[in-house]
Amino acid sequence: MTLPDSRSNSKVSSMSPDEYKTIAKKHEPPRSILKNCLKAFFVGGLICLIGQGIQQFFMSVFDMSTKEAGSPTVAVLIIISVILTCFGVYDKIAQWAGAGTAVPVTGFANSMCSAALEHRAEGLVLGVGASMFKLAGSVIVFGTVAAFIIGIIYALLGTGGGG
Amino acid sequence: MQFLWAFIIGGLICVIGQILMDAVKLTPAHTMSTLVVAGAVADAFGLYDPLIKFAGAGASVPITSFGNSLVHGALSELERDGWIGVVTGIFEITSAGISSAIIFSFLAALIVRPKG
Repeated sequence: MTLPDSRSNSKVSSMSPDEYKTIAKKHEPPRSILKNCLKAFFVGGLICLIGQGIQQFFMSVFDMSTKEAGSPTVAVLIIISVILTCFGVYDKIAQWAGAGTAVPVTGFANSMCSAALEHRAEGLVLGVGASMFKLAGSVIVFGTVAAFIIGIIYALLGTGGGG
Repeated sequence: MQFLWAFIIGGLICVIGQILMDAVKLTPAHTMSTLVVAGAVADAFGLYDPLIKFAGAGASVPITSFGNSLVHGALSELERDGWIGVVTGIFEITSAGISSAIIFSFLAALIVRPKG
């Protein structure tokens, strides 16, 4: 009984970093991806539902088409998101909802607003101005580059715009 | 009915984001960038407009629609003005989102004292 025990002990002490990693991974508590996904689904869906409500409001009250109502809807959602961020509410919801609050356009506004507030102490130009796009910048850069490449491909193929 | 689909499709897009973050272990910034590019590519194949028609805000509120709008702007000005339109048109539609986010965030930073 003592022999295998001492053997396993010596094995532990001479464990390579890779071995340790695999063992640690095996005993790591499983992150409940399903639970996170359900939260994200619920909150993200709810934000889109609110957006749909705002869009219907613009369409019925100001007689706009679906396309025309898109921009004011996004603007209203952004105002709401900025206000909630100022009161620290949005970040509280975000901790719970994960991607549910990050993926909608409100998360985009939240990342800009919280960066602006966080770096306010460094001044308006160097703090607020320079830091606002710290997180949102990657979204804009990669979106713009992708759109540019797609536009070039369309131009090369000689086909007109999609809309 | 539109409300139900807005909820379901919008929720599903967020679930895709959550899976990218949890299962593929991307950072939030990588996740958002991936989704924006995905939206742009989907529009290039003409897939995103039908989705917006079907799900309304469920497709137009998530960040994927940002990529979609960027491509839309580039392509519509490409059609109108030729090559140069690709560059001049990119921000045509997304201006409302970006401008309002900048303006309101700036105003918020002026007014609000940061907490903590």
